[in-house]
Formats: sequence, C-alpha cells, structure tokens
Amino acid sequence: MDTVCGKEIMPQVFLTTVRTDKFKTGCLSINLCLQLDRREAAKNALLPQVLLRGCGRYPDMQSLSAALDELYGARVEPLVRKKGEVHCIGLYSDFVDDAFVSEGEMLLERVTELMGQLLLFPATKAGLFNSDYVKSERENLANRIRARINDKQQYALCRLKELMCEGEPYAVDALGEKPEDALKITPISLTKHYREILETARIEIFYCGSAETNRVEIAVKNALEALPRAEGEFVQPFTEVKMTTGEVRHFSESLDVTQGKLAVGFRLGEIMKKPDLASLLVFNALYGGSVTSKLFLNVRERLSLCYYASSQIERHKGILIVASGIEIEKYEEALAEILRQLELIKQGDVSDGELSNARKTIMTDLRSVMDSQFLLENFYLSQAIDSLTYSPDVLAELIRGVTKEDILAVANSIRLDSVYFLKNAEGSR
Amino acid sequence: MQQREYQRIKEQVWFDTLENGLAIYVVPKKGFYKSTAVFATKYGGSDRRFKLGGKWHDTPAGVAHFLEHKMFDKKDVNVMQQFSALGASPNAFTSSGVTAYHFECTENFEENLRILLKFVTEPYFTEESVAKEQGIIAQEIRMIEDNPQFVVYRNLMQALYAENPIRDSVAGTVESIARISAQTLYYCHEAFYTPSNMVLCAAGDIDPERVREIAEEVLPGEKKETAERDYGKSESPLPLENRKEVKMEVGVPIFIAGAKLESRLTGQERQRQELVGDFAINLFLGKSSPLYARLYAEGLINNTFYGGTSFFPDGAVAVFGGESRDPDAVFSAVAEEAKKFVAEGPERKFFERLKRAALGEEIRGLNSMYGICTRRIPGHFEGFDPFKSIDILDEITIEDAVSFIADSFKPEKLAISLVRPSK
Repeated sequence: MDTVCGKEIMPQVFLTTVRTDKFKTGCLSINLCLQLDRREAAKNALLPQVLLRGCGRYPDMQSLSAALDELYGARVEPLVRKKGEVHCIGLYSDFVDDAFVSEGEMLLERVTELMGQLLLFPATKAGLFNSDYVKSERENLANRIRARINDKQQYALCRLKELMCEGEPYAVDALGEKPEDALKITPISLTKHYREILETARIEIFYCGSAETNRVEIAVKNALEALPRAEGEFVQPFTEVKMTTGEVRHFSESLDVTQGKLAVGFRLGEIMKKPDLASLLVFNALYGGSVTSKLFLNVRERLSLCYYASSQIERHKGILIVASGIEIEKYEEALAEILRQLELIKQGDVSDGELSNARKTIMTDLRSVMDSQFLLENFYLSQAIDSLTYSPDVLAELIRGVTKEDILAVANSIRLDSVYFLKNAEGSR
Repeated sequence: MQQREYQRIKEQVWFDTLENGLAIYVVPKKGFYKSTAVFATKYGGSDRRFKLGGKWHDTPAGVAHFLEHKMFDKKDVNVMQQFSALGASPNAFTSSGVTAYHFECTENFEENLRILLKFVTEPYFTEESVAKEQGIIAQEIRMIEDNPQFVVYRNLMQALYAENPIRDSVAGTVESIARISAQTLYYCHEAFYTPSNMVLCAAGDIDPERVREIAEEVLPGEKKETAERDYGKSESPLPLENRKEVKMEVGVPIFIAGAKLESRLTGQERQRQELVGDFAINLFLGKSSPLYARLYAEGLINNTFYGGTSFFPDGAVAVFGGESRDPDAVFSAVAEEAKKFVAEGPERKFFERLKRAALGEEIRGLNSMYGICTRRIPGHFEGFDPFKSIDILDEITIEDAVSFIADSFKPEKLAISLVRPSK
C-alpha cells in the first residue's frame, strides 16, 4: 500500500490517498470537520441527508439513483460522525474498480464529479434548499433521534455520555440532542449554515483504490473547482479533555425492559496530557475490549453476572466507558466486579499472557483495518483529527512495544466519573 | 485439489471432498493480511425433529444455538484464549438451517485452523456447565425479545406459517432451553457434527493444499450416517393470519410484510430463484424505483425501507418493511402498485440500468472474505456455485421479474407484522 497523507490540495482541503490493487472497489470520502456544538449539531447532521436528495443536475432522488445505477451501482452515503468534540459530516462513495468494467468508463472521475455536484450545487429554489427536501429530511432526522431509544444498549451509552458530560460539547449526540432541534430547522437557516461552513470548514478527503495519487488529485480538484474558500478565516475544531472533579455521580432511569443496561463512565485523567494511542488501545483490550479481557473472562464467563460486558475508549475525548447487559437485581454485584477488575490492573495484576493477548487483539484489529476501505477511511480521519499521519501498520509496530508499566500508568490515571443504569419500571432500585 | 478460475470476477476456487465426506473450498486472496475459515454444519434452529438410527427424535427449540455456545467450553482448555493467544478472533452463529464457527486472523492461520476443526468436533458437556449456560442464554433470549427488529420478523413468520419451525426463535425460549441436558447436546452433536454433514470454507493469502492436509489430519476419517429431518407438513400458499400487531418501546412504528414463495427450489434453480427474487423486488420497490420515490416523497417511508427474499429450511419468503408513521398505508400502496407493475412491466432502460447496478453489487461483495465464505455455505449445502451469480444475473429477463412479482405480491398471500410505540 502506498499512502500519501494530508496533502493540502486547496486552502484547508487535505487529501489522503491509499493506493492498492487488492480491493474490487474504490472509495472516496469528503468530510467537513466542524466544532461540535449543541446549537448546530442537528443542522450538521441534516445537511448530508438533504444534499443526497438531489443536485442541480439530478434534482430528485430518482434521477440521482438512476445516475448511480448507471455508474455500476456506485453508492453515495451520508457521513455523520463525532470524533471527540469534532463533528465530521460529509459523503462517502464506493464504486467498482476500473478493472471490472469496460475500458474507458473512468468511474473514479465520474463518481468524484458527482460527489462535487452533490456537495457544491444542491437542488435549490430561489437560492434556498428545496423546502420539501428540508421538511422531509428534518422529519426523518427527528425520527432517528426518537428512534435512539429502540436500541437499549446504544441508548444507555448515549444517556451516560449526555449525563456525564453535561455542559460539555461532548454531551451532544452526533445527530443533535432533541427531535425539536431537527424540526425547527428551516430552508433559510440550513442554507445559511451550509454557505458558512462550506467556506470556513477544514475539509478532509480520503481515497483508497487502484488509481495513482496524481489521478485522484486531479479528479478531486476538478470536482471541487467551485468550492468557496474563506481568506484565512478557517475554523479549527478541537476537543477539550476534562478531568474528573468531585463525587462519583449515579443516574438511573426506568423503561419497559427485561434486561438491565449498565454503563460506567471514567475519565482517563492526567495521561491525556500526553496521550499514547498504543498504550490506550492495549489497556482497553486488556480491561474490557476483547474476548480475553478481564471483564469478559470474569464478569461474563466466570461469574455469569451479565450477557455482555465490554469497554471502549474515546481516544479524542479521553473517556473510557464500560457497557454491560445484566439482570436487574445483579446491579450492585456487576458494578462492584467491573470496578474491582480495574482496581486489579492498577495494582499490577497483569500477567504476561494477558498483555500479549491484548497486544495481539489490537494488532489483528489493525491489520483488519488495512483489509477494509471503510475502516481505513475512518482510521485516517481519526488520525487527521489528532494530527497524526502514521499508518495502521506503524501503529501495529508501536503496539508491540507497549509494556506492563505503560498499562499500569494508563490504569492509574483513570478515575470513575459517572454510573448510569437503565432498569425496568418495577425494578427495586 | 481441483481448481476453477473465474476470469470475469478475477477469482479462483480450490475444492475437494475428503473420504469422510467433508467438503472443502478455498479462495486464495493475494495481498490481504487477514485470512478466515468458516466451519459449518447443516444444523440450525429449524432442525428439531430428525431421524437417526431408524428412530425419530423430537428436541426442544434452541438446541442448535445452545450447542454452539457450549462447543466453546472444554475440560482443560479455554478455546477463546487459545485462539486469542494466536492472534485470532473466533466467533460463531446459528441460523435456522446452519451453525457456523469461524475465525479471522492475521498470522498463524494453520494453527488456528487446527484449533477450529478440533474444538467443533470434540464435544465436552457436563450437567453443571449446561445449567450455567442456561443462565447466560436465558439472558440472551430476554435481550433478543426486547429487540423490536427481532419481534417484528418473528411475528411475520408466525403469521405466514402454520407449522414450519421458522415460527420459533432460533435461540428457543427460556422454557424450552430449560429442558436441554448434557445428554441432548451429546446426541445432537453426534447426529449433525459429522464431516459428511459439514463444510469448510477458507479465504486469504493461504495455501489451499495445506487446508486440505490439515483437515484430513485433524478430523475423523470414517464417513457416518446423516440425519433425515422433518419440518412439518407442507404449507398452504396463504398466510395463517393476515396481521399481527404488538406494542413495544419504539420511537416510530416498524413493520415487515411479505408472502411465502410457493415453490422453494434447490440447486442452481434455488440460486436463480433468489437472484431473480431479489432483483425483481429491487426493480419493484428498491431505492431507484418510482414506487420508492413516491412513498419517500409522501413521507411514508425513510431510508430504512428495504425488500428482499429470505431462504430457510423448507421455506422462503419475499418481504419488505422498515420504519413508517403509517405502515398500513405503505402496505396498501405496495399491494396496489404490484398490480400496475405486473400489468405494465418496468421500463427497459430502467431494467438495464439496474442490471449494471446489480453487477456492481456482486463485485463489491467479493471484497469480503467472510462474505465469500458464508455464501459458500448455502451454496454447498444446496448445490450451487456463488461465483456464478454474476452470469446468472446477466440472463434474468423482464418477464422473470414480472412473473416473480405477480406470484409473490398477490394481495391474498401477503401478511403484515407491526410493532407500534407503547406510548
């Protein structure tokens, strides 16, 4: 794989390319990197959906679908992601590689051009977004916000983040906070917001496929020729990492569920002043991020306290979250065991076997990333947000060097912040 | 091993059948870090009544899935840790017709393959460990039953079928799994985990001959009887009930509607039936269809709306569904449009365009090694070659598509299942 990272091809427009023949498809993404903010989150989340309703050349879904079908079923999907407190929104496309279609189809150029059309020349009426599109998409967005409750596992995580980080931008979900946030968006407010961010946002573009970097760069520059760029007034989004202060907070809510959902939030603390990604990943795999982790083997397998118990790290924000599905009456027992397992790591109870299993899990994950265009795209966007340029391959080498001391340093920096429990209405708690 | 090239999709397959009856398929993938192997038995949630040694046996719902969980437990070793120590991530799934065990790894492929073959064919169950697993699976069942997507699908199957075991959850119920003992598990393992009832598929930057050699070395050499199965009496083409509706904690109503396919074919005919079915449904109500555009514009559907076929033992269905503020309006509109579609047929240009799109979709699917392997499982058990899909797609005609919709979207054949918000 030949990788070129973060080449600035236009003011504050960065292109990363990974050239390889191993996939049957090419992929291209365009991300606007914005500051996550409760007043703007729903507007940001709505934008890709409205853009995908049509552009000047293909003004409705049917003509746009027809154009994509013609391009051998090329797909363009909305991207709405939260990387710490950076809100990344945009479009992702994948399309069949040139090797599988008749010569001269030039799918890369045609798809890139279409992406540019969708981003820069939306379907408008009198200079504003088509109000039918805005209305139906804001309704869809409101429904998606309402539908968060359908998946109780995700809902519990979402609620924990909201409660634990109250007052911080991170509390805001990538889709926006409340259905009303979506419903109050108008064609005027959305158009105004769109014009502004198009000019001031830092833009990250990613390509992976068989084409040479040069060809990609030309295709992208042509497609984005009309992109307006502010003169020196770009917004540089960032994430504020906070420390835990004061007492541990406990939250609980009741819904009609048969299985309780426990979500435990920690802050990574001092270690985030100079975070080492490799150590954070290995720590997480060892504590709860793999099937050989302490949480999986003890809370689930040995004690049967839960159906699942796993941990995840938000590397940009410096947060660790443990998620577990438990019987309602096992709340105390499960929580105590989750905390006890972290305590054990802090005290140095980490065997060579556990450490090497954790390293291997992460190295496997990273090599899997290199086998998937979608995961590569996400990996390089995260790297760009943290101003890092190394490849998954290099990170795998760094993982090899993580020691027990590194793990203990991470563990000992971690502080419990908040506990959230979703139980049933008749539950005793 | 035999070898077959597929020029158009730039793939090849190596395959062979061992003396013990195990079929092996290997798809070499140069340049990938990851390799994967899937070891599957033709035994799933629907295989509850079977004949072995001249006698019929009835087993509780959920044994196949229970067995899948318990296979990871061994007397002295922890299978998960064995894999993990070699950098592999193992997993397994149980569907209505198949139980499959697989791993992905980026190193030590051969050692991981040995572990896979060994742990799946060497049972170890005790009453204590079964009792403990009953607790874990009861939790899993409760979790599934809280999931509206699961409930809405199961309810549709219960509306469509009178007897087919697809009516029941693959995991069984808290009550049915309570009736499982170590002996049940040993018996079902013996009946279904015999090499002649299994298939091994692998893909990656690996040596096909080594896969064969290892399988021959690790697995028992003798060929054994495979069980005959009973999925209940043949079903009427009409649904048992036309409608099932429940309330759950969902934000927006969700629904699935559909009909049974009248003849459930096998072999390459089944492959064609599935390709025609999925293509026809896509033409009729997929994202590029006039119907989709209209319902979307009216705010009746959102991008969760989908349609397609689903195949399982002794049955197959054509379904469509998603979230909607008014599922009944969507249902009526689809039933109404089916008449028009059958009478007028799709436009030829649209049909040709969707062909290109379907071709692209087939090629895209070849990026996933796991996908390649799991498609081989029904391919082998039912006798078709998934790599030929692209050629079969070419030959589908407008008439094929129209007659599929005419058969499966007759109003009297359709049933609907809904989950509405409880508040």
